[in-house]
Parts: sequence; structure tokens; C-alpha cells
Amino acid sequence: MFTGLPLFPEQASSVAPQVDALYFYLIAVSGFFSVLIATLVVYFALRYRRRSESEVPQPIHGSVKLELVWTLIPLAIVMFTFVWSTRVYFAMHRVPPGAMEVYVVGKRWMWKVQHMTGQREINELHVPVGVPVKLILTSEDVIHSFFIPAFRIKKDAVPGRYNSIWFQATRPGTYHLFCAEYCGTKHSQMIGSVTVLEPARFQAWLTGDGSGVSLASAGERLFNELACVTCHRADSVGRGPRLEGLFGKQVRLAGGETAVADETYVRESILNPAGKVVAGYQPIMPTYQGLVSEEGLMQLVAYIQSLAAPEGGSPLGTPEEPAPALPEAQRGEPAPPPDRARDLGKP
Amino acid sequence: MSTTQPGADARGEGTRPPAGPPGAPPVAEPRPSRVNYLNVSYGVKSWLLTTDHKRIALLYLASVTLMFFLGGAFAVLIRLELVTPPGDLVQSETYNKLFTLHGIIMVFFFLIPSIPAVLGNFLLPMMIGARDLAFPRLNLASWYIYTLGALFTLYALVNGGVDTGWTFYPPYSTQFSNTHVLAAGIGIFINGFSSILTGLNFIVTTHRMRAPGLTWFRLPLFVWAHYATSLIMVLGTPVIAVTVLMVAVERGLHLGIFDPTLGGDPILFQHLFWIYSHPAVYIMVLPAMGVVSEVVTCFSRKRIFGYSVVALSSLAIAVIGFLVWGHHMFVSGQSTFAGMVFSLLSYLVAIPSAIKVFNWTATLYRGSVSLQTPMLYAIGFIGLFTIGGLTGLFLAAMGLDVHVHDTYFVVAHFHYIMVGGAIMGYLGGIHFWWPKITGRLYPEWWARIAAVVIFAGFNLTFFPQFVLGYLGMPRRYHYYVEEFQVLNVMSSAGASILGVGYLIPMAYLVWSMRYGPKATANPWGAIGLEWETPSPPQTENFPRSPVVTWEAYEYAPEEEARVV
Amino acid sequence: MSSAAETHEGGLHPALAHHFESLPAQKEAATLGMWLFLAQEVMFFGGLFIAYTVYRNLYFDAFAAGSHHLDVTLGAVNTAVLICSSLTMALAVHASAIGRGRHAVVYLLSTVLLGSVFLGIKVVEYHDKFVHHLVPGPGFSAEALGVTGEVARSAETYYALYFAMTGLHALHMVVGIPILLFLAFKAHRGAYGRDYNTPVEMTGLYWHFVDIVWIFLFPLLYLIGRH
Repeated sequence: MFTGLPLFPEQASSVAPQVDALYFYLIAVSGFFSVLIATLVVYFALRYRRRSESEVPQPIHGSVKLELVWTLIPLAIVMFTFVWSTRVYFAMHRVPPGAMEVYVVGKRWMWKVQHMTGQREINELHVPVGVPVKLILTSEDVIHSFFIPAFRIKKDAVPGRYNSIWFQATRPGTYHLFCAEYCGTKHSQMIGSVTVLEPARFQAWLTGDGSGVSLASAGERLFNELACVTCHRADSVGRGPRLEGLFGKQVRLAGGETAVADETYVRESILNPAGKVVAGYQPIMPTYQGLVSEEGLMQLVAYIQSLAAPEGGSPLGTPEEPAPALPEAQRGEPAPPPDRARDLGKP
Repeated sequence: MSTTQPGADARGEGTRPPAGPPGAPPVAEPRPSRVNYLNVSYGVKSWLLTTDHKRIALLYLASVTLMFFLGGAFAVLIRLELVTPPGDLVQSETYNKLFTLHGIIMVFFFLIPSIPAVLGNFLLPMMIGARDLAFPRLNLASWYIYTLGALFTLYALVNGGVDTGWTFYPPYSTQFSNTHVLAAGIGIFINGFSSILTGLNFIVTTHRMRAPGLTWFRLPLFVWAHYATSLIMVLGTPVIAVTVLMVAVERGLHLGIFDPTLGGDPILFQHLFWIYSHPAVYIMVLPAMGVVSEVVTCFSRKRIFGYSVVALSSLAIAVIGFLVWGHHMFVSGQSTFAGMVFSLLSYLVAIPSAIKVFNWTATLYRGSVSLQTPMLYAIGFIGLFTIGGLTGLFLAAMGLDVHVHDTYFVVAHFHYIMVGGAIMGYLGGIHFWWPKITGRLYPEWWARIAAVVIFAGFNLTFFPQFVLGYLGMPRRYHYYVEEFQVLNVMSSAGASILGVGYLIPMAYLVWSMRYGPKATANPWGAIGLEWETPSPPQTENFPRSPVVTWEAYEYAPEEEARVV
Repeated sequence: MSSAAETHEGGLHPALAHHFESLPAQKEAATLGMWLFLAQEVMFFGGLFIAYTVYRNLYFDAFAAGSHHLDVTLGAVNTAVLICSSLTMALAVHASAIGRGRHAVVYLLSTVLLGSVFLGIKVVEYHDKFVHHLVPGPGFSAEALGVTGEVARSAETYYALYFAMTGLHALHMVVGIPILLFLAFKAHRGAYGRDYNTPVEMTGLYWHFVDIVWIFLFPLLYLIGRH
């Protein structure tokens, strides 16, 4: 019965060994102290057991030296652990440039996955091995959590916002996908699988899928359907800021502050335009809350992301400099992101 | 106001243990009173309208015991369901209600009140030489408020239950759950005031009603622990109260406080919820640590090593405990910077707990150790709390928490502390003070057997859950994948042993109330004002206020102390 | 020695509880207890203040629009009324402490009167909100504010907090007024004097706290963005 009883999941991502190393270190520390305390307690309880009812041991008050020792040593250990564990967390959140993006929408009780190239999956995620993948998560209803034990990553899918996390799969295979935030009746059945394929097979899978419409193309269609182009015109006389080359840049806002035009900014601008008004523009954009679904929003974001910077000159109100490299920043170069579909399949 | 000189009173009240070996019959043995707080009056009214803190403690004992077995029954059903991977014992909706109610009942109606409301109520005035708490009628009101809160929750239970999880995160709890969230929320809201008023009573009592000579650093560590706990109760509970109120208002009026489709923020709820619920776990464990200090010192017959440090560490835990709530939200989308601050503080809060464990261990060194039942529970606490606390470090580690958050690793961690820690502390305290409370001795060998069964059953139940969690089994799962079955079966097997283990004390403790041998005032030879009274005590505890001239736990004269 | 526990007739003061050594000891305990209660009240209101802070930051325009619809005059009058009621309360405490029972009754009843005026004005204000469909819930409409779009939507959040915070505050006054009436009754019967006026003083602390909460609520709710 115990043969093959697993104690930890297989390591299938680049960060998994780092997480496991931290885990084993903590097991060692915990084991050491547990055994130490248990041994001392048992030893003292036996060695100093009461031999007669009337015995009264000599009192020992305390020792400042000992108190300092067993305060400072644990303090040193936990500080060391803090630094190490935070670095592992950073590693999970510093997305390498050029990561393949995948949008994930949680909904009771299924995961809807959208690749930039247009493939949609339900409760499944296909990714190539050795390529960094960035997941952009949200939910249509309640809070869910996207959890792949083999990759050691997890992130909540929260309605009303985008969360992201990245991974790089290191071994082909199929791995569990679980929802890890209680979401109602079928929470435990909101599970699926992540399939990691060799690059060639992944290419085959990509092109094998019938729907060839990329996320950005779908977004372009929606952009026109919703008449966004009426104000956000490419000829710089629109009532709204030009969107070409906008994605990833710093935007100067009416109140003097700046914001980075990332997915969250674009999504918020569509749903709550008065929240951040670009300097030099009137707050006249209507809200599209209720008119666009989460998937539609992802398509629009993908489309805007794909818009190349205009020739000579930037959109009004935006300074030239690109977004600074923060731990969560996804891009650092001013050039528009390359076409993902082309890059896929390259080792 | 009259005072009593030490050793002078033939009736033996308000005196320190006379010179001579503590175990020998004292020079002035307090004569077992004919009239004590239990038999001074009879009848339901005399109990339901009592203002005697000792009787109120027993009212609470009855209530929390009832709630414990109710919550425990749900646990049994949960573990039974989890023997097999598919959800075949109950439906998913039912299962979700089972774990929700198990959590709500155990957290709010058992763990938070248990030691403070039962042992704290009974012992606090006695330990400081007072006749009652500062506000006896408020104390009774606290019990009624608790009962009212429990009734609302039971109403929710019998009318179909609640399925939000005890953490009732929106938007699920406000927009999607179609169970009795409102009734359960009201129950929790009302119960919160019971907690607040008890804490308020304890703080005022400790400040204002100590006997002459009883300075802060002569207080029993049980009192320090309850003082720290009371600070958390008074300052933290109102936040959950107003949060539950906001959830109720949002659910009832379809507002957008937490609902993102109406402009609200679900993460705001998580902050507000955990600002209370993290300190709440210290409400659950600090009193148990107070019990352990009392038991370890008595059964080593030695003053606790590093008394002041242990006393102050309780305060440190209470204060730092208010600053770490974000460690429940590392994967929610909280900023990395905030996460780092919470992670750092979470590591720091472990240090005072570790200091306590080292000091308790050092107390045993060169002590006179006797392994009676209360000491078995205390030692069990030290071991299991150490493991539970150390696994907290795994969770404070951000990079690691990402993997184990919302898995069985967390479930194992908090059960090690709550069950392996707090409940063992509670049982140890019940056994330690049982002779004082009831005037009877419980059967020692049955008690030891039960303690060992509980220890074994507990470890078998919860240790496999650490492994399950790291393997990736999420919490609150009705169905689970095949490869998790072996560990689940082990866990359920342990649960059956644990369940039996808890029934044994129920049986013999009830038996002992009628048939147990009568207890003397101080069967353990302990030092403490409560042991200077007859077993059971008289209603007024101390007819004349004692005057304290000795240090805490002065089993042997101070001058003989050895310096390390 | 005549301890503070004894009346001048030589018996124990009727208000002295059996578990306290003396009236001053009992009063100190009561005072500490009331301060602790007020501390937890701060935490209780605190949760709403946190929500207010977060949403005002996110939806400032909606908050400003909602705030502008409130009647600043009525709010200011209410503030003055409450401050005066704190004055009469303090006078009541003092009168009871020096044994002037009749004065204490007058001041306590004045406090009740002022508190009732406050609540009456609140009723007028709430009624106005009701009439203008500004009560959060299914019937809410931001038309009366003259805003549209998502500013209109977020205005409901403003009013939710308005009603929650002022409602909770008003509830505390509704609880306080019967207590004041009871105190007036007892004062009329001569229950308070130099050696014992603890209930009046404790209620005074409570009433002042309720006043201070309003002093925070008024600018935060009524004076957003006004110059």
C-alpha cells in the first residue's frame, strides 16, 4: 500500500525546485527543533521525575543569557528564511520579457482559457515546454484560484480585476489543475489538466484547432462594433487619446499623476473611464460596464496591445519614456510586442 | 477593610502554604465547607440568574461542551465522506454546509470562548484574591448573549445551513450563496459582544481588583495570558462585527461595498475579515498557553523559568498578532510590497511563542516532574504546538505559501495549533482544576489513557494532511483525485480514534461528579490563591481578602535560587 | 475611620457592590470599563471609516456629488446641537457630583431634548433622501445629484456609507436617550451625590464619545470638496 506513496508532486516547472528547496529546508529546521524540544522534554521529565512527595527542587529563576540565545538564534533563522522565501516569490512574479500570454477566466464551475492566437479551452491548458507563460486571470462571478501543484503556482481569480502569475514548464506531461478558492457547490469539481507539449507537438496542436481568429483580431472586431474608433482615431484628431503604441507606456493623467498602461489600466479605462482621465482630454468617455463580457475585455486588451506605435510622434498626453521595470511589470521595451503566434514553437 | 496575616488563620483562608514540604498535610487544612458555591442554593432560577462567576463558568461549560460535540459531529461526517474520492456519502451542497458549520461552531462557539469563559471566569477572581469579577451582571449578560448568538446559528443550521465557509468571502457570500448567511451572520455578530464584554470584564478585574501585595509580576501566568487575550477580544472583535454587518447590508440591499460589478472591492472584505480573524487565533491559543504555564510549574514544582519573559511574551504576541493579517492574502492580488511586510511580521510573531516553549522546557530542568494527566496534556501541548507553530513558518514564507495556500497543509497547520494546542490546553486545565471546581477527583488512569488516545488519534488524523496539502489537495474539497485517497483514509482512521478519545473524558468526568472521591483544597500541592480555598469554594471565594507577600510560584524560598 | 464605603449613617452605601472594597474602587473599575468599551467602539466604527477611506479614494467625484446634495446647514445645526448637548451632559455630571439633584435633572433632560432635536433633524434629512430616491437599494437613482454614468453608480456606495455611518451613530443616540431618562429619574430620587455619581459620569463619557464620532462624520460626509 505504501509503495509509491507520493510525498510531494513532481517538479514540472522552473520554479518548482526552488519552492521544494525552501520546503525541505523548513522541514529540516522544523524537524530539528521538534526533535530537540521533544527529546529535551521527555528526557527532563524522566531524568527529573518526582521521587518523593516531599521533594522541592531548588528554584532557578531564569537566565538573561539563555533568553537572548534562544531569541536571537530563532530570529536569525527566520530572517534568513524571510529573505530566501521572498526571493522565491519574486521569481514567481517577475515575468520574463516576451512571455506567452494566456488569459484565464474562472466561472462557476469551469476554467475558460484563451490563447492569444485564438484557441479556447475549457478546463484545460496546453503550453509548450521551456517557454515562459504568463497567465492573466479574472473571474466572472466569485473568487476562484488557479492552482497547478506540479508547477507550485497559484493565483486567485478575482472578479473585477486582473491578477497574473507566470511559469515555465520544464517537463512534458499532464498535470492537475485545481480551483483552490471555495466557490460553491462544485468547487471540488472545477478541476482540469495542464498539458505540456514538446514545441513541435504544441505547434501542431495550435494549428490543429479550428478557430483561427487570434485574440487581437477578435478584439479589433469588437473595437469597431462598439464604435471605439469614433473617438480613438488614428489620425490624432479624435476626442480620445490615440491607442497606437500606448500599451506599456506611462500615461500622464489629468490630476498630474501618472499611470502605466497595462492590462489593468486598459480594462479599468473601459469600465470606469472617469477613474483615470488622460491629461489634456475631457472626461466624456461613456462606461462600457455591462456591455462587454470579461472575454470581450481580454480581446480588446489584446487588440490594443497589438497596436504599433505611430510614425513620428506619440499619442497626445503620453511621455516618451517606457514603464519602469517593477517586480510585476511585464514589459520594459518601448517597441510594440512582437506577434506571439510567430514566436511560439521556438525552443 | 480587614486583612489577614499569613499563617495566622486557623481556618486557613487567605494564607500562603505554611513552611514545610508542600506535599505534606498543611498545618491549617481548609476544612471542606459544608456550604459551597454549588449547594448554597438550588433551582433553575438560582443558576440562570446567578452573578457568581463560578456558576457562570459552569453555564459556559455546559454550552461550549454542547457546541463542541455538535461541531465534532460535523467533523466526523466530513472525515467519513473523505474516505473515498468521489462525493458519495452526502451531496456537495451538504458537504459544503458541513465544513462551514464545523468551522463556525468550533471557532466562534467553542475555541474562542472555551478557556476564557470557563476557566478564566472561574479562576481569574480567585487567582487574584477577589470575590468576583469587576462586573458580575455583565458576566451573566455575556453568557446570555453567547446563548442568543448560538441560537441564531442553530436556527440557520436547522433551516438548511450555511455553505460559505466560515470565512464567508464575498461575492459568494453576498451575491451567490442561497443559504442562511444572514442568520448565521447575526449569530456571529451577537456572539462577538459576548467576547467583547468578557474581555472588558477581565481587563478591569486584573487592573483594579488584585489583592494587596499582588503586584503585576507576582501574578500567575494564567492571568497574564488572559489579560493579553482580553486586549485582543476588546479591540479586535468589533471589526468582525462591523464587517458582518456590511456583508448583511450588502446581501440584503444589493449594495456595492464588496461586489465588483457594483464598484465594490472583494479584497477589502478580506482585509477587514482577517484584521480580526488573525488576532482571533491568538484569542484561541494564548489562554491555553496560560494553562500550560500553570500546569508545568505545578508538576515540576518549580517556578517557571524566565517568568517575566513568559509574561511579556503574551503581550508581544497580542500586539504583533494585530499586524500580520495579510499573510492570508499572499495570492489574492495583494501587492508584493504589502506581502513582504506581512511576511516579515509573521515571522516575528513566531519568536515570542518559541520563547515560551523554550522557557517551559527549561522549567522541567532540575525540577520535580510528575506525569499526571494535566501534565500529560501540557507536554502534549508543547510538542504539538511546536509542530503547529513551525509549520506556520512554512506559511509565512511567501514563495512557499503560494503553493500550500488553501490546501490541506493549512488545515493541518491550524488543527495542530487549535486541537493539538488549544484543546489539549483546555482539557489539561479542566483536569487540573476539576477538583477545585467540583470538589471531586477524576479517575487518574482513565484520564491518562484518554490523553494518550487523544494524542495518538490526533497525530494520525492531522499529520497526513501536511503531506496531502503539499501534494496539492485543496481544502474544502468534496471530491478529490484518486492519488490522495491513502492519506485521506489514514486521516479518517485517526479521526475515529480521536473521536473516541474525546468521549472518554466526557464519560468519566460526568461519573466523577457523583462518584469521584472528594478532593482536598490542594490535591496537587500547587501554589496559587485559588488553591487556598476549599474544594469546591464558597461563593465569596475569600471571606477576608488575602495579603500576598510571596512571589509567583514560590515553591522554595527565593534566597535559595540558583543562578544559571 | 469612615471609609468611602460607608454612608454617614454608618451602614454601607447601597450602591456598593459586594465584591468591591469601597466606592472609589468601584468607580475606578467602572471608569476603566467604560474607557475600554469606548475603545472597542472606535474599532467598531473604524471598519466603516476604512471602507469610507478606500471608496472615497476610488470614487471621489461620486462622493463629492453625493456630499453636495446633503444640507450643510442642517448638518451644521446638528453639530452645534450635539456640542451643546455635550455641554449640558457635562453640567449634569458636575451637578450630580455636588449633590444638586434638581439641577442634574434639568441638565439631563436638556441633553435628552437636544439629542432628540438631533434625531429629529436626522429624520428630516433621511426623509429627504427617501423622497429623492437616494436610499441605497433597488430604488436608488442618482438623478437628483445631476450626474450620470459611473459617477452615478458609485454614488450609491457613497449613500450606503452615509446611511451606515450616520445610522450607526443615530442608533447609539437612540440607546443613550432612554439611559439619560433613567438617570434623570434616579437623580430626581436623590440617588446621586458627592460619594456616588458613577452612572452619570459613565454615561457622560459615552455621550461625549457619541458626540466626537459625529464631529468626524460631519466633515467627512457633508464637506467633501466644498470651498
